[in-house]
Amino acid sequence: MKKIYSVLVENRSGVLSKVSGLFARRSFNIDSLAVGETEDSAVSCMTIVSSGDRHTIEQIEKQLNKKIDVIKIKTFEEEESVSRELMLVKVRYNKSNRKEIMEICEAMKADIVDMSENLMMIQLCDRPERTAMMIRLLSGISIVEMARTGTLALPKCRMS
Amino acid sequence: MNGAEAIVKCLKSEGVEIVFGYSGVAIDPFWNALKDSGIKGVLVRTEQNAGHAASGYARVSEKVGVCAVTSGPGATNLLTGIATAYADSIPLVCITGQVETSQIGSDVFQEADVIGAAESFVKYSFLVKDVRDLPRVFHEAFYIAGSGRKGPVLIDVPQDVQEASIRDFTYPESDPALRTYKPTVRGHIVQIRKVAKELEKAKRPLVCCGGGIHLSGAGEEFRAFVEKFRLPVVWTMMGLGVLPTEHEMGLGMVGNNGHSNANRAMRECDLLIMMGARVADRAVADPDLTFDGKVLVHIDVDPAEIGKNVGPTIPIVGDVKHILADLLDMDIKCRPHEDWIAALYEYRSERRTLSQAAKGKSGFVDAPKFVALLSSMLKEDAVYVADVGQNQIISCLNCEIRKGRFLTSGGMGTMGYSIPAALGAKKADPERQVVAVCGDGAFQMSMMELALIHQEKLPIKIVVVKNSYLGLVREHQKKTYPGDYTMVALGDEPDLKHIAAAYGIDWFLASEMKGLKERIKKFLDSEDGALLEVRIDPMVDIK
Repeated sequence: MKKIYSVLVENRSGVLSKVSGLFARRSFNIDSLAVGETEDSAVSCMTIVSSGDRHTIEQIEKQLNKKIDVIKIKTFEEEESVSRELMLVKVRYNKSNRKEIMEICEAMKADIVDMSENLMMIQLCDRPERTAMMIRLLSGISIVEMARTGTLALPKCRMS
Repeated sequence: MNGAEAIVKCLKSEGVEIVFGYSGVAIDPFWNALKDSGIKGVLVRTEQNAGHAASGYARVSEKVGVCAVTSGPGATNLLTGIATAYADSIPLVCITGQVETSQIGSDVFQEADVIGAAESFVKYSFLVKDVRDLPRVFHEAFYIAGSGRKGPVLIDVPQDVQEASIRDFTYPESDPALRTYKPTVRGHIVQIRKVAKELEKAKRPLVCCGGGIHLSGAGEEFRAFVEKFRLPVVWTMMGLGVLPTEHEMGLGMVGNNGHSNANRAMRECDLLIMMGARVADRAVADPDLTFDGKVLVHIDVDPAEIGKNVGPTIPIVGDVKHILADLLDMDIKCRPHEDWIAALYEYRSERRTLSQAAKGKSGFVDAPKFVALLSSMLKEDAVYVADVGQNQIISCLNCEIRKGRFLTSGGMGTMGYSIPAALGAKKADPERQVVAVCGDGAFQMSMMELALIHQEKLPIKIVVVKNSYLGLVREHQKKTYPGDYTMVALGDEPDLKHIAAAYGIDWFLASEMKGLKERIKKFLDSEDGALLEVRIDPMVDIK
């Protein structure tokens, strides 16, 4: 089961390794991890995507709660959240495929943000499954390098 | 005032009387400041033992134990002591010297990232980079170590921070306001009422107590609770001594090394109340034990322990002392369960302790009998410290604890724990009789502390159960690789008589059952530290 953990932590050095260490020690793979400051600069938000059964997820939550630098944890599934991932892909192009690439970008609502005579950089910010789709579409074209932020997510808005 | 003097002032504010440790350049400013402060520094002979000594001290004094060592190898040597304390939830504040702030990360002489290395077995850790943070850091460290589920806290202080001057020193008075740390103290009353209901319904109730009862200082409440409702009790290794071992309601130790009748009680009960016990693998390893059809109540101060190993019917998070007080206040009418108690008494009378096998041939001492005899001859409130190995299991199953304490490294199983922990226990209560019981393997891991015992004239009694083998591992190999022993034979040396003499410690020998009582008496009555060598049959198994 894929789960998204939104972990509010004290913005201090060493906290990232404390949190990721918890996952590592129990051999849970982290699919993605993104960290950034929140509206309060003393607090960071870590968004972690990981998978596990109900028991392991419960243990991760409890162990995270024990960490003194952890302020709050929210666990939710992708469907219950708005999630986004930012991806930058550098591809090699030539005359024959340039148009095809641009059509893909248009269809996927991706931007071309940098370009040289034979390379172009594409930016896509979308739901994680859409970034995965983009990679599939571009796989026929030569990808030079790629960077992804990993999933960022917040639970959906409800009247509160 | 410099940083080191500020640290000493912090320790004084916390009521610290003793610091176990080892010196070195990076911690020298601290020791220098401690010298005339009234707080005693005790120089152990290797850093690991500073951790164990602080642990023994903490367990007997019921205060936070403190140790201090230097950077690099001093800090890495201490790691085993910290991990051992963490596994048994012992409150420690461990101070490590660190290289100068500007040099951190450049791999200078005696630099090690101790915070990183210790991360997975400290309750919390601090690297102090600004001397002005010292009062806050120490205040928080003592609070974190000694509250909730207790445990070791590490404070890494660079040498230049110890030497930097600090102008205003004010030590915070009230508990620190930590927005992320609020240990649950009181149990939820709704849950406690549910337990009361189950007690009224149960036909075969049983209580299993763990080390948490000791840690919360709830011994009296516990005893009152089980006596009031006539509840039979089993204990884990860490819970040994919560009730006197010969108490009317006491049945024995559970687990794969436990008493057969205690495990049987666990199997047959219909209501099991686990108190301050984490339902660890060693305690519930009985393959026939099932929780199906039982009502399981799990009381623990650490919410992460509840449901980790088994899913309880009624979980209660909180300090067991408060929860017991709440239960004692309630008007609970237990069903009469005298038949159940009678059956349990019968099991107890029939019990074949696992270690009965350990008798051995004539010409050796029968270890289980020795432990029973020794413990019966100790003073009522004596501290018995068992090491790790066959001696630990024989001790657990056969020693009699009345008003005293039984200390051992339960969670981590660290060999060499008993002598330094006994040292700390003696420092915590110099009037109390303290006995360390270890095998010859663990003894050789910790015998350097004989020097300290002699130097400080500490009347600690050390029993070395000698079989010239790492007995428990040999026994394991016997089953796993029949007849093929490797890396377990210690040879006949060292000659303990000469070792004791070299350290200026009296030596006694027990090599047969005849006259054993007189020998033990002579050993216990000797004035200073003393060592009793007990020869047991090397090829005897305890299981």
